[in-house]
Amino acid sequence: MRSADLIIVGAGPAGMAAAACAAGKGLSVLLLDEQPRAGGQIYRDVARAWPKRGGLLGKDYAAGLPLVQALDHPGITHITGATVWQIEDGPLVTFTVNGAAQQAQGKRLLIATGALERPMPLPGWTLPGVMTAGAGQILLKQSGMVSDRAVLVGCGPLLYLIGAQMVRAGTPPLALVETQGRGDLLAAMRHVGGALRGWRYMLKGLGMLAELRRAGVARHVAATDIEIAGANRAESVRFRAAGQQHEIGCDTVLLHHGVVPNTQAARSIDIPHEWDSRQRAFVPQRDAWGRSARADVFIAGDGAGIGGAKAAAIAGELAALAIAHDLGALAQGDRDLEARQLRWRLSAELAARPFIDRAYPPFAPALAPADKTIICRCEEVTAGDIRRYAAMGCLGPNQAKAFGRAGMGPCQGRYCGLSVTEILSAAHGQAPDRTGYYRIRPPLKPVTLAELAAMADTPDAAE
Amino acid sequence: MKHAFHRLDAPADLVRVTFRGQVVDLPAGENLAAALLAAGVTVFRNTPVSGAPRAPFCMMGACYDCLVEIDGTTRQACMLEVSEGMVIEPAHGKGADNALG
Ligand SMILES: Cc1cc2nc3c(=O)[nH]c(=O)nc-3n(C[C@H](O)[C@H](O)[C@H](O)COP(=O)(O)OP(=O)(O)OC[C@H]3O[C@@H](n4cnc5c(N)ncnc54)[C@H](O)[C@@H]3O)c2cc1C
Ligand code: FES
Repeated sequence: MRSADLIIVGAGPAGMAAAACAAGKGLSVLLLDEQPRAGGQIYRDVARAWPKRGGLLGKDYAAGLPLVQALDHPGITHITGATVWQIEDGPLVTFTVNGAAQQAQGKRLLIATGALERPMPLPGWTLPGVMTAGAGQILLKQSGMVSDRAVLVGCGPLLYLIGAQMVRAGTPPLALVETQGRGDLLAAMRHVGGALRGWRYMLKGLGMLAELRRAGVARHVAATDIEIAGANRAESVRFRAAGQQHEIGCDTVLLHHGVVPNTQAARSIDIPHEWDSRQRAFVPQRDAWGRSARADVFIAGDGAGIGGAKAAAIAGELAALAIAHDLGALAQGDRDLEARQLRWRLSAELAARPFIDRAYPPFAPALAPADKTIICRCEEVTAGDIRRYAAMGCLGPNQAKAFGRAGMGPCQGRYCGLSVTEILSAAHGQAPDRTGYYRIRPPLKPVTLAELAAMADTPDAAE
Repeated sequence: MKHAFHRLDAPADLVRVTFRGQVVDLPAGENLAAALLAAGVTVFRNTPVSGAPRAPFCMMGACYDCLVEIDGTTRQACMLEVSEGMVIEPAHGKGADNALG
């Protein structure tokens, strides 16, 4: 079995910054990520993709390079392609690499598993050709692939970013179908100091919108009644905007209305979560260092609440400082001195979040989908099914599993959990905190018998 | 039909794999889901519940819509890289058969 002072799950900005900081204080670090290369979602494959496609991906993407380079430190062991599927007391972490399970024992664990895109259940969203905007961006970053006939649907800065990147790649999207209302931006600006705090984001957003406009991309705002039509694949997007019905033929539909914390790992060890009404998602409870209710487990980055890549890296460093102090590698005074500057930068990074959250609220009809719309992609359970369970007395997501198979497929509720919470909360007029979320149990990802057998057969393979 | 995606760079060294019994040449080391999409594959599998067609949705290992069967094991195509001689079939089960949990 491997061992390390600190085990980190997730090599995005939070996990990478934490690894470098902890190793810099003399700790041994084991960094695990299921991706074949470091970077996380925003800096996906940055070391390979930047030299080839840096120009079109933008300057923000380059910020990932020093983070990846800093992993080249004798104190850091980075195992790529390592899918973590069980966390136990110890902290003891079980993961699979190349089809064989391994275990590692740490003194501290940092969960830095990032975000998922907020599920956007619309009629037709399960058709081939419909993807998350992030998926479209991953294809571009990692593989240099662009869809020739794509429509972007939803709202938020990431939607503009992928649109602008497609323009720079020479293949603009066919149209931008935005869901935020005309009043949302104004409301965000009126928000206490909103315009002031959000101005940098507004400028960036306006710059990307100008790129899209110059490229002749049609833009529709305050779209409603959105659906994706097609027989065996997406063929068009239909919607209403400005009092008119529209239909745009396409091959690819990229959906996005924000990101939410990926809480699977933290939930699997019963770390308490609470509903964040501004972000409209659950976040794990933790202190200002990222320490959870389990004293040896920390959480940092978007997995602890959406703050963006820079905030994620700062939160990773803060957790590393606290862990170094815990393990006797850093005096309290030094920890606090280093933390002060980080906290100041963190609050500057987070200042614009209320503005962004208010300017680009989730698309309401995707939070309360029509009865016929599938919400659980794996088991094809519809919003109407969940409402039926509610009428029969189902109060929470776990109970819903007794009525049907929602959340019981291989994705384990990653793309339906929040929808089920929202629908049940609305049906009973109760707060999401009361409705709760799926109870998550290991394995976090399906594990085969062969993977387990490989662990039993070769107990020392991981040494 | 014209492929939905195009590549910005010429693909790297091609290796031979089979998908649904047909020979396809894909770039070695490329993300498998991306490579199949670029090769014009639109449907990766049909769901066990209704038989509805599915293809990659998240490209980050979270949705399981890209499930394929490789050498009898159900795997997520978006979490694999192309290697010579892969024999790829659409996943038939729920993605959890021959798997625990
Ligand atoms: C698809 C997508 C694209 C995005 N693109 C951008 C962008 O271009 N610009 C931007 O500003 N923001 C983007 N974001 C927002 C982004 O989440 C954050 O800004 C930033 O990436 C958060 O960093 P992080 O370190 O918290 O997590 P991430 O960067 O998400 O890193 C988390 C890492 O944890 C790994 N992981 C998760 N679960 C496991 C497990 N069980 N076992 C092993 N490894 C695991 C993942 O593989 C991932 O590499 C994107 C988000 C998503 C979901
Ligand atoms: S596309 Fe979602 S898991 Fe592969």
